Amino acid sequence: MEVLLYTILTLCVLGVLSAVILYFVAQKFRVEEDPRIDQVEKMLPGANCGGCGFAGCRGMADALVKNDDISALFCPVGGGDCMKSIAAYLGKAAAEKEPQTATVRCGGTCEKRSRTNEYNGARSCAVASSLYVGETGCSFGCLGFGDCVTVCAFDAIHINPATGLPEVDPEKCTACGACVKACPKAIIELRKKWPKDRAVYVSCVSKDKGAVVMKACKAGCIGCGKCEKVCQFGAITVENNLAYIDPQKCKLCRKCVNECPTGAIKLVNMEPLPKEPKAPAEKAAPAAPAAGKAAKAE
Amino acid sequence: MKTFPMGGVHPSENKLSCGKPVEVLPLPETVMIPLAQHIGAPAVAKVAKGDKVLTGQLIAEAGSFMSANIHSPVSGTVAAVDMQPNGQGLRQMMITIKREGDEWAEGIDRSETLVKECSLSAEQIIAKIKDAGIVGMGGATFPTHVKLSVPPGKKADALIINGVECEPYLTSDHRTMLEHGEELLVGVSILMKAIGVDRAFIGIENNKPDAIAHLSKLVKEYHGVEVVPLKVRYPQGGEKQLIAAVTGRQVPPPPALPIDVGAVVCNASTTLAVYYAVQKNKPLIERVVTITGKSVKEPKNLLTRMGTPIQSLIDAAGGLPADAGKVINGGPMMGRAMVNLASPVTKGCSGITVLSGRDAVRRDASQCIKCAKCVAACPMGLEPYYLSKMTQKKNWDELEAQMITSCIECGCCQSTCPSYLPLLDWIRLGKQSVMGIIRQRAAAAAPKK
Repeated sequence: MEVLLYTILTLCVLGVLSAVILYFVAQKFRVEEDPRIDQVEKMLPGANCGGCGFAGCRGMADALVKNDDISALFCPVGGGDCMKSIAAYLGKAAAEKEPQTATVRCGGTCEKRSRTNEYNGARSCAVASSLYVGETGCSFGCLGFGDCVTVCAFDAIHINPATGLPEVDPEKCTACGACVKACPKAIIELRKKWPKDRAVYVSCVSKDKGAVVMKACKAGCIGCGKCEKVCQFGAITVENNLAYIDPQKCKLCRKCVNECPTGAIKLVNMEPLPKEPKAPAEKAAPAAPAAGKAAKAE
Repeated sequence: MKTFPMGGVHPSENKLSCGKPVEVLPLPETVMIPLAQHIGAPAVAKVAKGDKVLTGQLIAEAGSFMSANIHSPVSGTVAAVDMQPNGQGLRQMMITIKREGDEWAEGIDRSETLVKECSLSAEQIIAKIKDAGIVGMGGATFPTHVKLSVPPGKKADALIINGVECEPYLTSDHRTMLEHGEELLVGVSILMKAIGVDRAFIGIENNKPDAIAHLSKLVKEYHGVEVVPLKVRYPQGGEKQLIAAVTGRQVPPPPALPIDVGAVVCNASTTLAVYYAVQKNKPLIERVVTITGKSVKEPKNLLTRMGTPIQSLIDAAGGLPADAGKVINGGPMMGRAMVNLASPVTKGCSGITVLSGRDAVRRDASQCIKCAKCVAACPMGLEPYYLSKMTQKKNWDELEAQMITSCIECGCCQSTCPSYLPLLDWIRLGKQSVMGIIRQRAAAAAPKK
């Protein structure tokens, strides 16, 4: 009986002593953390995709709470609404960005861009591009080994076996930019997301001269500049034999699409303009000199 | 017989062209000279479209200390200085020259007479080598004058001439040693003088008994020079492996260089180029290229001017065989597959290997079975399966800790893998990425000082 009593007493004393020690240790080494960080983390989508530039949502939440100016921080997955609600909670001004979507700027399908050789090394775009030009004659185009697919955390990009090119599912794409970073050829671009996923863009990144492009691929931009001339909004620039449509300036008027001789300008979810518009005279008038200029330039 | 201490493989030697004396390839009609055909900064073009150039005239100047001069291999008119696809189809700055005859620049001695005496000082020799644009001709294309300029505080005590040629198929160094042994040995004595050593070793793999016998006979006249027969084992000709085999010294991991263990290694063809540069004022404008392959009609060794299209070498060997599957710039172990046969011969191109049929295709990769054959084969003592896996996971810190920068890209791991995993493909990517990170870190740290 006595043994039992002593045992219980010793254990109780030990327990109390440990509790006291632990209390003081906990006080000494306590980490002060803003409780708002937890709250903000809950408000973020929790995808941990790294699209904001931080390793995960926690890092982003930490930065959002600690920085006074959060205009440089943006969560592409949550988008404007998410940022607004967080900013309201923190009482800071949020960055505003229009929604974006990843766009694959290569039209070199199996049919348009013939294979010149066969690659049987490691199935990775990064490896292949460090070794050589790729399986086709185009040194700028998509390699088709799907580094962008591997890296996508949202299952939003897939290689279409018929074309050999990646295709983005605009419903799933959050514009986190992981594929943009993964592509060694810098083909993927984050572009403005229009309603109904409409888009007009130059589906080529080749800076080769026209003749070289034509030889390698039937869908490449040859830098002829016809689109630049026809664009009324100054949205198209041709530099280094390559046209680029500025998504901020483009109004989706689609005139360039009909001008492009190789079909490098892609039209998504939109009907093309009728080829030869039998329009009233005042509409036909500005079109005629534009065509004349293009002919002279050639 | 001497050899390096760990790893290595013994692929089929296939030295098909070892008995074929060097032939001179007729001069090409046009040549294309890449400005970056050496490690380091690209050369800077000194000519423009329309300029007339003579054979041996300087057409591009070294861009920095770690760079090399480039001379015109033919005489004629510069047709263009622009971006042209190289053997891998990637665009590179090249000078295109249309040949008109073969008129040599002044001061170059083209006679065959052997000039033994060299009264120049070490600095003068190195300056001459730099002017001649000599780079390592074994394939690594490291500028030779950089190698010979021993940094202050360090001292070389042995010169090693690399006549190993461990790469299967290739025989250009072998033929060079056989046909120009005298010149080669004068080159050795010049190099010994340049780095201030009194000992030199010529390492030759034991599958070239004729070269060993020939040089052993000639070497008696030269004090301090010794021919070292080596076991046939790939990569015996790797710089670090050769140093270990000949001297028994281990070069520490990068950034340490062979000079840290007192050794300077120079390829046999490079040594011959040094002889021509110093004794004959002849810049590096031609080299011996082996054109070989099991189904090539006539495998041979061709003395080729730089910039000659590779297609014309293949034509000289009987044309591209019908069953050719892969044309490799270099040998099958370390060479690079080509997609553009119009690309030119460069300073580092020791051979063109045409693989056909089953040899040309890699087999489908399956799972790693953890057999560790790659670990046993790695001559640098690395763990290739792990490096490859970590590269796929983009774990750069771990790769750096595992010394991926020590990898010499010899391909032993990949050739020995029973699952046919593309180990080296991944490791190369990992090495490039890690080296990029190290460079960035160094660049970020530099301005703070």
